Amino acid sequence: MVDASLILQYFLSGITKGSIYAVVAIGFNLIYSATGVLNFAQGEFVMLGGMVAVTLCLFVPLPVAVFVAVIVVALVGCALEIVFFRKLRHHSILHMIIITIGLSIVIQEVALHLWDEKVRSLPYFTGNEISSVRFFGAAVSPQVLWVLGTVTVMVVLLHLFLRYTARGRAMRACSSNAEAAMLAGINISNMRTLSFGLSAALGGLAGCVISPITMTHYEMGAPLAIKGFAAAILGGLGNPTAAVAGGLLIGVAEAFSVSQLPAAYSDVTTFILFLLALFIRPHGLFGSPSGEDVREV
Amino acid sequence: MKRVLIVLLAVGLLATPVWGRDYEEKGPIKIGAIFAVTGPASFLGAPEQKTVEMLVDKINAEGGVLGRRIQLVLKDSGASPEKAVSFAKTLIDEDNVLAIIGPSTSGETMQIKQLCEENKMLLVSCAAAEVIVNPVAKYVFKTPQKDSQAITWIFNTMKDMGITKIAVLSSNAGFGAAGKKQLETMAPEAGIEILSNEVYDKRATDLTDILTKVKSTAGVQAVVNWSIVPAQSIVAKNMKQIGLDVPLFQSHGFGNPKYVEQAGVAAEGTLFPAGRLLVVDELPDKHPQKALLAEYKTNYEAKHNEDVSTFGGHAYDALMVVIEGIKKADSLNRDKVRDAIERIKGLPGTAGVYDFSPEDHTGLDLSAFEMLTVKDGKFTIYKK
Repeated sequence: MVDASLILQYFLSGITKGSIYAVVAIGFNLIYSATGVLNFAQGEFVMLGGMVAVTLCLFVPLPVAVFVAVIVVALVGCALEIVFFRKLRHHSILHMIIITIGLSIVIQEVALHLWDEKVRSLPYFTGNEISSVRFFGAAVSPQVLWVLGTVTVMVVLLHLFLRYTARGRAMRACSSNAEAAMLAGINISNMRTLSFGLSAALGGLAGCVISPITMTHYEMGAPLAIKGFAAAILGGLGNPTAAVAGGLLIGVAEAFSVSQLPAAYSDVTTFILFLLALFIRPHGLFGSPSGEDVREV
Repeated sequence: MKRVLIVLLAVGLLATPVWGRDYEEKGPIKIGAIFAVTGPASFLGAPEQKTVEMLVDKINAEGGVLGRRIQLVLKDSGASPEKAVSFAKTLIDEDNVLAIIGPSTSGETMQIKQLCEENKMLLVSCAAAEVIVNPVAKYVFKTPQKDSQAITWIFNTMKDMGITKIAVLSSNAGFGAAGKKQLETMAPEAGIEILSNEVYDKRATDLTDILTKVKSTAGVQAVVNWSIVPAQSIVAKNMKQIGLDVPLFQSHGFGNPKYVEQAGVAAEGTLFPAGRLLVVDELPDKHPQKALLAEYKTNYEAKHNEDVSTFGGHAYDALMVVIEGIKKADSLNRDKVRDAIERIKGLPGTAGVYDFSPEDHTGLDLSAFEMLTVKDGKFTIYKK
């Protein structure tokens, strides 16, 4: 007889990891939707959010530290876009993607020099390192609930923003057809800056809320970016809810793979499933094949 | 024919090894150091660099060695074995240093072991793997205790606690993999059965799934985790979060009070073998290491405003071993210094008291370790 609480525990473990990937994937997805750029420095925004918040926590209370950290990272995102992308003569998507790869390396080094190599973390938002919330025989850290809550809020707010505000609609217009948007009087450059800033803010907030779980250190960005990117693709680029679903699915797949196979194979199993899913539905599980939300590189 | 001769000549010149030249009799004593100051092993290399620089300043302020200043030639390898090889060659060929201290990791050390031996360059490594000194290479020494000694301590403590069935978790990096292998090899003799044996990615951010698997494995009485940060803290926290209430043993890589801070309350009760540097206040005054440890700790913490760790201590010991060798040999000839090092007996260091010999290039035995635990957020000696 299979133990239900054990299955639930694996599921919760999967949700823990998955929520981390999901929160990174949302940021990826946003920049892609608005500009067509795959931002490989997204992981660094997450890292910066955590690092800045940890430093600020020495001087101000936690909520203030998080709030300010998010603003700081958002400004960094905007600044990067203005400095590196606006001046480009040819806005080739490929160039921009490669620039983000370079930026990710530079930001890591800068972080190393500003902060040093040590591992840090924010305090748990509620409870401490050993608190856990129990459901039906399985347990999970309350911080995971915070991550899930943050993800939900992000998705809802993004949805409202993109659908019901003028700026949001302008962003969707840019992603749909940049030339037409220009003709309609939308400033593409500003939209791009806004999307970078917003995405950086989402990444920074992600960095704060996952910090107690994953620990924050200058190199944490790259592996997160890879999994977040995979999650965004699996869900289907262009749809923030899908990115979250993709992240959660990957997390749960990893957890259940560990339950059956040696843990060393968990990444392999996950990526095999990921590839299979893409073979069956190339635009992602929830992506639309019509190409409306998909840009050409 | 001419071309063949030129090529042969070039090859001949390139293949001529640089034999250990007799050290220049004037000028400062050049000692090379290769540390992983940045990169994934910076928790080793950064304190090692700080320690050695602090020690060199102190020695020079007190008059140097044999009346000469010590000049440190420091290279940052970033834990890359390729860079370590390249820097070793530079230190041997261009800088002509008397000895090389470091590297910080076992992987790097193994890459340059042969190179140093062939060039008769004295190498005192700060890495722990047994293979560095087994088989013994004449010119290669190391200062950290052996992994196998750490594991012996862990298994002995387990036997005292009546633990015979355990779960082993290790990271997929060099240190974790080496520990896993030793644990597997030594368990049967110690009467310990490994019921669950899992490897995780060193960058893993959450280990609740693996720990769930351990929790569901019947009969597990303790968990042994062999990794470095941040996984050490993540394992401790996750265990408590999912309600896995068995003792947690960590490797001697847990030797920094910061790791206790990171795991917070979850670190209480963690058991791990370490050198006595971390519990210097509990040592009796007459203990041979006490004065040295107390001084190192006070100076390091005052100068760098961070907790002292056992890793910086390995570099301290490496430099002291070289200097003791120079003093005993009363010479700067590399071969004489090497011979003198092999004759060192009873030299107190941070990791233990060193007794070298031609067969033993580590100089430490089981007594170098102490089993420590965490109580009220501090390291303390584990009492049965």
